[in-house]
Parts: sequence; structure tokens; C-alpha cells
Amino acid sequence: MATDVKPQDTLHFSYQALRAYPGRTSLILLAMCIGVAAIILLTSLGEGARLYVIGQFQGLGSNLLLVMPGRSETSGAGVGLVGTTRDLTLEDALALQHSSAIKDVAPIIFGAAPVSYESLEREVSIMGSTPALLSARQLELAIGQPLPDTNPRVATAVCLLGETVWQELFPNRNALGEWVRIGAARFRVIGVLADKGQSLGSNLNDMVIIPVASARNLFNQPSLFQIVVTAHSQEQLGQAQQDIERILRQRHDGEEDVTVIRQDSLIGTFDNILGALTWALGGIAAVSLVVAGILIMNVMLVAVSQRKAEIGLLKALGAPTTQVLRLFLTEATLLAAAGGAIGLLLGLAGVFALNQAVPEFSAQPPLWALIASVLITFITGLLFGSIPARQAARLDPVAALSGR
Amino acid sequence: MSEAFIQLKDICRHFQVGDETVHALDHVTLDIQAGDYISVMGPSGSGKSTLLNMLGLLDQTDAGSYRFEGRELTTLAEEKRAQVRREKMGFIFQSFHLIPRLSAAENVELPLMLMGMPAAERKAKVNEALASLGLLERASHRPAQLSGGQQQRVAIARATILQAPLLLADEPTGNLDSHSSADVIHILEELNAQGITLIVVTHDTNIGQRARRKIRMVDGRIEQDGY
Ligand SMILES: Nc1ncnc2c1ncn2[C@@H]1O[C@H](COP(=O)(O)OP(=O)(O)O)[C@@H](O)[C@H]1O
Ligand SMILES: [Mg+2]
Repeated sequence: MATDVKPQDTLHFSYQALRAYPGRTSLILLAMCIGVAAIILLTSLGEGARLYVIGQFQGLGSNLLLVMPGRSETSGAGVGLVGTTRDLTLEDALALQHSSAIKDVAPIIFGAAPVSYESLEREVSIMGSTPALLSARQLELAIGQPLPDTNPRVATAVCLLGETVWQELFPNRNALGEWVRIGAARFRVIGVLADKGQSLGSNLNDMVIIPVASARNLFNQPSLFQIVVTAHSQEQLGQAQQDIERILRQRHDGEEDVTVIRQDSLIGTFDNILGALTWALGGIAAVSLVVAGILIMNVMLVAVSQRKAEIGLLKALGAPTTQVLRLFLTEATLLAAAGGAIGLLLGLAGVFALNQAVPEFSAQPPLWALIASVLITFITGLLFGSIPARQAARLDPVAALSGR
Repeated sequence: MSEAFIQLKDICRHFQVGDETVHALDHVTLDIQAGDYISVMGPSGSGKSTLLNMLGLLDQTDAGSYRFEGRELTTLAEEKRAQVRREKMGFIFQSFHLIPRLSAAENVELPLMLMGMPAAERKAKVNEALASLGLLERASHRPAQLSGGQQQRVAIARATILQAPLLLADEPTGNLDSHSSADVIHILEELNAQGITLIVVTHDTNIGQRARRKIRMVDGRIEQDGY
């Protein structure tokens, strides 16, 4: 004789019980879905940040190496430069061109100065470099000419304007051939950069590029900020790095006083850091789900004590302990499923809203976070639901019926 | 002569209250014939409910033997006891014990659901049970929308829907007015006439006197027992 309650009946009975206590049910659902939504939102933020940073690095151009003065303690990312060291010079940069693995060498002098045209003025970043910069950083000209490919040691009074600078100083006007004032000197505009947008914190649109020798004079700064180098190919990155280190060591009397950062290893480092950040954020959010689980347990314990008479009755009607257990576990599972589903939708809606609000930043939930949040929901639901369910199943029917 | 429907022998049940031991059932020995109609009377605290709960396998025994249809029940595991309750026993309580969120029909349906009967079969059985107690038009009402008498009739329908041979009623009229009380007692007697073994615990002498066999308990012991 079949003595087990049909699964659909168990489900229906539990559903009716949940509907009968809307306050309690919605409280638990709220806690559950906040937990799940938090996991999805936070991990999406972390993942978005990771993709954003990697995108920024990739936006720098491919096969890129950065040479900076000073020796980094660690071999990885260029953090914590220590020691007083020799400056990088333009001659250092020019020497790098002897390596067969190296394609572009763009020495950089960095500064800021007011740039004005007629009555309009704007404080912008000034980058002194060579024509190789455009190729190395994968910049393109909207109109005009690149920097002249002449002796880089000789200053020339020409400049390239970033998109924003051009629009601010020459609203709806031609800029080519016009003279702008940068600091105390005058430069002729020979080109305007195509819109490149944000790249690793520096807004390339809000920038003026001048020859490196001109920048040296303008800022009275003989040493380079960095040298941007590209290798001919991905495979030659290693060779390029070795060559740079060797050439500069020779030039610096055997001192290893520069840091060469490979873009790919930098990306890897940030990828790892931000990946770990995403996990940490997910973990923090998961804690909120566990807190929700504890709330569920307490609310269910109250429910069990309030529904003692019902439990006693079910036992009097011949429901075995396992069946009572199953009924209450089903309630917990239903709550987990509904809370998880609502939380999932809320979280995804939040991510969508975030992406709408901040278009440059594209948050997206990692797949593992979606799976994990659903799994954790069910595990917390079952784990914390099972304690009250067990208690319900163990109730003495006589005591339960009399409400004791 | 074959063995009695129910045989109790030296059944004891005691509770520890503080440092005092209450003998709720004190060596109760009792034979019950199938189809009998028994009232259990006695002062409050004399063990009437404990006896009924013990008979209905809701409560344990501390000593003695309980044979039901020739089978010893005191040694049965809980899952088996649940099965016996489901198949052989119906309970009626003073406070009805209907589940408030369920309709009358759903309350009556519970035992069928618990035994795993398919929903399609249950419907007809429930309607039949409700109809026989004049409750058909109340089928979709919730307990709170029913009078006490109606609620107790729903409880009776629930207790008897599986045609259990034993019906245990603990003060079934305790919460009812005299009109509804008479109503409920008539229904119980009608069920007894159809063959069910009926045991009613009551405070009401008028009701108690109606039973064929009248048992009087005092301090956990059967003091009077007669037809
Ligand atoms: N679970 C229990 N714990 C302690 N004492 C109990 C318990 N159940 C019943 N009793 C005691 O057992 C005695 C008999 O109780 P009961 O059978 O309910 O009496 P009646 O139904 O005749 O009023 C009473 O003294 C009661 O206090
Ligand atoms: Mg009693």
C-alpha cells in the first residue's frame, strides 16, 4: 500500500502554509533575495572592474613595454620604486632603437601647462615625445600631420591637439596651421588626434603632444618620465625586455637602475588582484546569505512553535516523522527557491541599471557567481531549514496538540 | 472465544512533575470488544485523556501490554505506530484541531493525502464524507467561517474518512452548546451503529450515560466499569 504523500501534495501543502503567513514568508524572502542580489551585484562590480582595467591596459597598445627610472624591489608590477638612480635620458631612449626586437621607441616627458588660443585657455597635460608615440600607443590622427620625423634632439614649435582640447579652443573652427600658446611658448597646430578616450587614467583627448625636445625646454626638464617601447611581436617581448635592460645597464655603468614593465605581465598581475577582489566581494555577500539563513532558521523555529497544534494533528492523523520533516524542509526549499529567483532577477536588474547609469563601465556577473549564489541559497535554505524541521518532526504529539 | 479487539494489561503511564511522580495510568487492565460504545468519565486529572492518547498511540506507555487486533503495539517503532494511527484510528478533539488555513474539504482530505491517495480519487471521497454530515455547501469554507458544531462535524468527517475501526473522542462536546452537542453525539452514535468502536471521554453525565459501557476513572485507575 502506498503510504507516501505525493510530491505535488507536499509541495501544495507547504505552499499553502507559506501563503498563510505572508509577513513571515516575505521577511524570509527579503533576506534571501538581498543576499543573492548582493552576491551578484558585488561580484559583477568586481568583474566589471577587472575587465575595465584589463581593457585600459589593452587600450595602451599591444606588445608594449614601459621603461621607468628606478629599480623596483619586486620583479612584477612597477610599484615601490626605490633608490636614487640615474635619470632616463633622451639618449638612453635613442640607444634602444638598436635592438632588433624593438619596433617603436617613444621617449616621454610629461607635464601640464595652460594652452591658449585667442581668448580661450585650458590647463592640459602636455606630452613631449617623438612620432613613434602614435604607433606605440596606437593613436590616430583625425586630421593633419604627425610630429616631424626629424632629429629628436632639436626642438620644433609644432603640436598635436587632443580631441577635447581642439573642441574647447577651436569650437567649430579649423585649427590646422593656427598658433597656440603653451606656457610661455608658441606652437603651430599640425594635427588633431582622433577620439581615443580614457586609457589607464590619462585622458588622451585632453592632451597636447609636442616634440620631446620642445617639452624639455618648456618644462626645463632634461630627464624622461618614461620610455614607451613596443616589440615587433608578442614573441619578441622577452627579447626586447632583455635588450632594454642590457643596453641601459651598459649606458648606466653597469647599474640596474631602470624598471621595465611588460604590459602582458602587468595585465596578468591586475587580472589576479582583481579576480581575487571579485572572489572576496562574493564571499562578503555570501556571508549576508548565511546571515539570511540564520534569520530563516529563527523565523522557522518560531513558525514551528506557533504551528505545534498543526504538527501534533498531522502526527495524530498518522503522518510519520519523515513526512513532517519533509513538509518543513519543502517550505524551506520553496523559500530558498523563490528568494533565490527574486534575488537573481533583482541582482541582474541592478547590474543592468548600473551599466545604464555608467556606460563606460560594464559590470557583468561572472558565471561562477550566478551558480554559487543559487547553490548557496539552497544550501542555506536546507541547512537552516532542517534544524526547525527536525524539531517539528521530533515534537511529542500529545504535547504538540495541547500547545505545550 | 477469539481475542478481544483491544486488550490492555497493567498499563502504566507516569509523569514526573517536579519531584512528584503523577500516575496518570496506574495498572490499567481493560478489554474492549469491536463495535462497542464506551464512555470514560471521572474527575479532572484522573487520566482519561492519557488513556485515550495511549489507546490512539499518541502517547507512550511505561509498562504493560497493549494488544490491538491481536497485535502487540507497545513495542512498535514510531513509523509503524504512525501507520496504525493512519489506518486504524480516528481522533476527535475538544478544540477540533482543524488547520485554519485549509478549507473544510481540505481538512477532511488530509488523511487521504497523508496515505498517498491520488488527488482525483480523493475528491469523490471527500464530497461523500461531507455530504453525509450535511456539510457539502460548507466545503470551501475555512474553519473560522464555521460554527463550533460545523467544525466538529468536519473533524468527524476527517476522523472517519478512512473508515478506521476505532474512533477516539476526547470531550468532543466540551466546546459546544447543547444543541450542537446533541448533534455531534448523534452523529458519533450513528457511526457506532454502523460498526465503528467508539470511545468518548466526557464530563457530561447525560452524554456519558448514553454509552453502552461506562468506565469511571479516578487517580489513573478504573474504578467502575459496567454496562
Ligand atoms: N505531559 C504531562 N506531563 C506531566 N503531567 C501530565 C502530562 N500529561 C498528563 N499529566 C498529568 O497526568 C494526570 C492525568 O492527566 P489527564 O489524562 O490529562 O487527565 P484528564 O484528561 O482525566 O483530566 C494529571 O495529573 C496531569 O496533570
Ligand atoms: Mg482530559
